Amino acid sequence: MFHFKQLTEWLDAFLRQYLNEGWTLFVEFLLVGAVILTVYAVLALLLIWTERKICAFFQCRLGPTRVGPFGLLQSVADVIKILLKEIIRLNHVDQRLFRIAGFLVIIASLCTFGAIPFDKGLHAIDFNIGVFYLLAVSSLGVVGILLAGWSSNSKYTMIGAMRSGAQLISYELSCGLSLMTIVILSGTMQLSQIVEMQSTGWFIFKGGIPAIIAFVVYLIAGHAETNRGPFDLPEAESELTAGYHTEYSGIQFGFFYLAEYLNMFIIAAIAATMFLGGWMPLHVTGWDGLNQVMDYIPPVVWFFGKTFFCIFIALWVRWSFPRLRIDQLLKLEWKILMPISFVNIILMAVWVLLFN
Amino acid sequence: MNPIINLIIFALLGVAMLALSVMAITTKSLLRSATYLLFVLLCTAGFYLFLNYHFLAAVQVSVYAGGVVILFVFAIFLTTDKDEARIKGDIRRYIYGATTILAGIVLTAFIILKREYLYSDNKSMLGDKEIPIQQIGQALMGTDKYQYLLPFEILSILLLACIIGGLLIARKK
Repeated sequence: MFHFKQLTEWLDAFLRQYLNEGWTLFVEFLLVGAVILTVYAVLALLLIWTERKICAFFQCRLGPTRVGPFGLLQSVADVIKILLKEIIRLNHVDQRLFRIAGFLVIIASLCTFGAIPFDKGLHAIDFNIGVFYLLAVSSLGVVGILLAGWSSNSKYTMIGAMRSGAQLISYELSCGLSLMTIVILSGTMQLSQIVEMQSTGWFIFKGGIPAIIAFVVYLIAGHAETNRGPFDLPEAESELTAGYHTEYSGIQFGFFYLAEYLNMFIIAAIAATMFLGGWMPLHVTGWDGLNQVMDYIPPVVWFFGKTFFCIFIALWVRWSFPRLRIDQLLKLEWKILMPISFVNIILMAVWVLLFN
Repeated sequence: MNPIINLIIFALLGVAMLALSVMAITTKSLLRSATYLLFVLLCTAGFYLFLNYHFLAAVQVSVYAGGVVILFVFAIFLTTDKDEARIKGDIRRYIYGATTILAGIVLTAFIILKREYLYSDNKSMLGDKEIPIQQIGQALMGTDKYQYLLPFEILSILLLACIIGGLLIARKK
């Protein structure tokens, strides 16, 4: 079975032959940074194209078809367009905070992105506290959104930012609690170990009913975390033009746009890692033939397959349901999802005591 | 790691933290002040990472960046008009500030010079290795020596009191 661990370890050994330890680490840090940024950007392009195609599919249209085969180069063209656009300097805005805001949002998203295990040995950060790190770093983005809304000096952005802040802070709780349910089952927070432990069966099968409840709660709460429909009221276009990023233009707007798509990917990737086994192939204890066949599919393919499955569900929901009102949104979290998550944690503890 | 690299990282973090602290207290706009404070707290998290104490770093980021600073920002949004979100210069502020700094220096110097740490005989507190989360969890939930169930529970009672107080204030008559 091919793992990226072999490639990264070979690279490490190769560099160590010619350089001393400090320079090896330095070169590796640069490489990791470059690779992460590239993958981040390329995935964003791919996701925008996927979203447009799937959205078109749900609305009985064709989506982009003209640029490249199946319109694949459409988002590349869009990027060139957005890079060439003028960054408009607005009067009466707090320039410094206005600029910092976009960076904060994208840095939070990038830090989370680095911790995702794409394959064995293919993640930038693998802390002992992995899951907690993910939750901690992703909460930085809220500050960016609030600052963007306030510093733009416009009522639309202000209302959008307030809504978004309330929404993100609320749904973070359910997200965290449903991930903790899986931490109870696995007994570790390190993402690489969580994936390794699913070699005998994914947690959604191992954890039984509590794991399935946690998966559904996480998908809903995670979807709300990404500010996308039916939870997209921070940027409700009919009432707020575009919400907190109304006043941004050019690549500054591009940052928010990129972070939004990548956050969708990150939520789906975490769901895949925690519940569906990450890069681990489908294994059923006892069926050795099946296990061997499954091992022939490369782990990266498994990872992206599961992630895109979760993304597809998110897009399906987005293009099927109408937008919620703010009171419905907060009621859904505080009165429905959070009590369910609390009870579910106790249920999972009982499950672990009974069956493990 | 290489001591020189360590020194460079430490110096960068320290300089950034100092500069941002000064900016946080000298800026005229309340919201900018909150933003610089956020960066100062992130630098502190950087120091924890530097000490290989990942758990505290994540706590720092999630509690301060995810909680306290957002609370500050919300409070500024709700209580001040946009034009009023400015701090007025006042001689008393400087006197209070100078007193606090002096007190801080005295306290830190006292602690560093005394340097008889309570837990220096506890093995888990030494060395630059990552402390496993299981150990931290058991320390928080245990009742033995060097374990902290009682403070943990007292803090939760404090939080409960805060929640009840908040509800009382927010409740409509």
